[in-house]
Amino acid sequence: MVEEPPAIELRGLARYFGERVALSGVSVRVRPGATLAVLGRNGAGKSTLLRILATLLRPHAGEVAVFGEALPRRGFAVRARLGLLAHEPLLYRELTGRENLEYHARLHGVALGRVQRVLEAVEMERRAEEPIRLLSRGMVQRLAVCRAVLHEPQLLLLDEPRANLDPVASELVEPLIGRESGRTRVLTSHDPRAALAEADLVLALKDGRAAFVGAPTELGDAKLRDLYA
Amino acid sequence: MRTALILLRKDLRLELRTMETVPAMILFALVTFVIFHFGLNRATIDGQLAAGVLTATLLFAAMLGINRLFVAEREQGGFDAFLLAPVDRSAMLLAKAAALFLFLAALEVIAVPAFGLFLLGPSLGPPLPGLIAVLALADLGLAVIGTLVSGIAVQTRARDLIGPMMGLPLLIPALIATARGAGPLLRTVHASSAPPGKWLAILALYDLVFALLAYAVFDFLLED
Amino acid sequence: MPSTTYGKGLRGLSLATLAIIALALALVFFYAPLDADQGFVQKIFYIHVPLAIVSLCGFIFGAVLAAGYLRTGERKWDMRSYVAIHMALIFGIGGLITGSIWAKASWGHWWVWNEPTLVSFLIVLLLFATYQPLRFSIEDPERQSRYASVFAIVAGAFVPLNFIAVRLAQEFVHPRVLTLGGGNLPGSMRLTFLISLVGIALLYVTLWKYEMAAKNARSQVRRLRRTLLGDDNIRPAGRSAAPS
Repeated sequence: MVEEPPAIELRGLARYFGERVALSGVSVRVRPGATLAVLGRNGAGKSTLLRILATLLRPHAGEVAVFGEALPRRGFAVRARLGLLAHEPLLYRELTGRENLEYHARLHGVALGRVQRVLEAVEMERRAEEPIRLLSRGMVQRLAVCRAVLHEPQLLLLDEPRANLDPVASELVEPLIGRESGRTRVLTSHDPRAALAEADLVLALKDGRAAFVGAPTELGDAKLRDLYA
Repeated sequence: MRTALILLRKDLRLELRTMETVPAMILFALVTFVIFHFGLNRATIDGQLAAGVLTATLLFAAMLGINRLFVAEREQGGFDAFLLAPVDRSAMLLAKAAALFLFLAALEVIAVPAFGLFLLGPSLGPPLPGLIAVLALADLGLAVIGTLVSGIAVQTRARDLIGPMMGLPLLIPALIATARGAGPLLRTVHASSAPPGKWLAILALYDLVFALLAYAVFDFLLED
Repeated sequence: MPSTTYGKGLRGLSLATLAIIALALALVFFYAPLDADQGFVQKIFYIHVPLAIVSLCGFIFGAVLAAGYLRTGERKWDMRSYVAIHMALIFGIGGLITGSIWAKASWGHWWVWNEPTLVSFLIVLLLFATYQPLRFSIEDPERQSRYASVFAIVAGAFVPLNFIAVRLAQEFVHPRVLTLGGGNLPGSMRLTFLISLVGIALLYVTLWKYEMAAKNARSQVRRLRRTLLGDDNIRPAGRSAAPS
């Protein structure tokens, strides 16, 4: 039996923006189905890491493999299997929620019936015919969740997934992007404790370097405070 | 190809919904005709002068569309969303060039008859088929070069300036060929019925070379 | 990148350039015959035409180097392309000014539209004048390099196309003193012209190497300071159109 490759494998990953170091020497290995929480202050490199995993940024040094496929070379093969929930919803403001999702469904080769199902899942089916620009931020975030999971990705990259969501909405998206979705997840959060509660593995970044990699239980309060100091 | 159609359909829907680009291009062209009327102090023009006025007006109106072509992608995350999909990236070039071509065609459907009404001395009817041939080839060039230039300019801070600064010199050969191709059609006397083959050939060649060039380099504009 | 040293052989090259340019000037002033119609001012032709030719070749050279960047993604190619285009632009402005003086001497006007080479040259310069502003308005250095390279390739391909189109647009072409190879020049003029061309070309290469050496040295110093003093003690590089 061939061993399943890890969902994510980083070795010595580095990325620069000009002279500024965004990430340097980051190594981590995530098994399929696990949740990796990426912690760190603003500008620590969390979003850069997510964008590299999403094939949107190319790494400058080190190795990145997603489902055993090396990035950026095999980006094409990885793209169908990952979903990104970024800070921006990646939806056109002038189109309706349904039009946006149908556009993404077509791009990903997903049957249009799926659009209705995800809309119902987040209880947005009644507001789906309004242009995005008329919706509240929480509603837009719910549609962005729909967009991210439309093609049933095996890997979810979640940048502050619950931003702008009230507790009810947060419950609604749980089956799609929560632990029970069964997908491998990489998540960042402004609330480290909430993220830790969900995580199997923690990667703490400080100035682009890995300050801690390990199980959430091993990350003590002192370390956590130091991280945000 | 299928991907390009999905993108094109989305672009046309966005344009129909917002009416941001084509109406502005049309109004711009109409105002420019009025300005030429006063600037030249002529009630009617013909021949090479008419061809030049028409070509310059369409070129500058096209610049408006070119400037806006990628703005929604840049500002509303369209680039990222597209790059996240497992599709061929050249589809973006094809779709945007097609969208721009259709915008230009829509502009000309209004602007060319308006030109005939406002400024052109001879009747528009006889030269129309030849003019359509010249403009179709010119639009192809505008669409390809415009997409390339817009794709570069949209990522710069000064995109409204960089676009025309880059685009206008690049389009000068196409402008020459368009104006010279259309000139003989618009004469009051001794008008020719078909545009000179030489200029049509040059336009076609120009379109072809830049289409290939754009195809070769466009992917580099999407990477990050 | 420290492996490439642009300073190597630079002294010999500089001396050779100086010698050839001195020879060319001597030939221009003392050997080449005075033009019967245009008199002494015609001699600016020996500077103008080589400047223009070298500048155009420089633009195309820059495009080829830019293709090297897109192929390899190594920043040194972008730097080479940048310096090539930047030098070609300076030579080009020199060529345009001397061309204008020559036009005044030959035809009595500072600018003539029926000289297709001059007109094409102006269009090419107008296009390449966008190169620096384009670079300057892209913040991320990697993207700056990539977009500048795409632009350089497109603009480089545009150079010959533009010349053909402008050439064809002229109904009748002004009687020409030369073709590009200097084919219909009398022997003494041709020799002088060819030596001038070689001199200006060498000047271009020398200046290119000097600027590369300077840019390279500066980035190495920076890297060294970074290693010695640590990242935090270095003032971040200011925004610039030039690759670093």
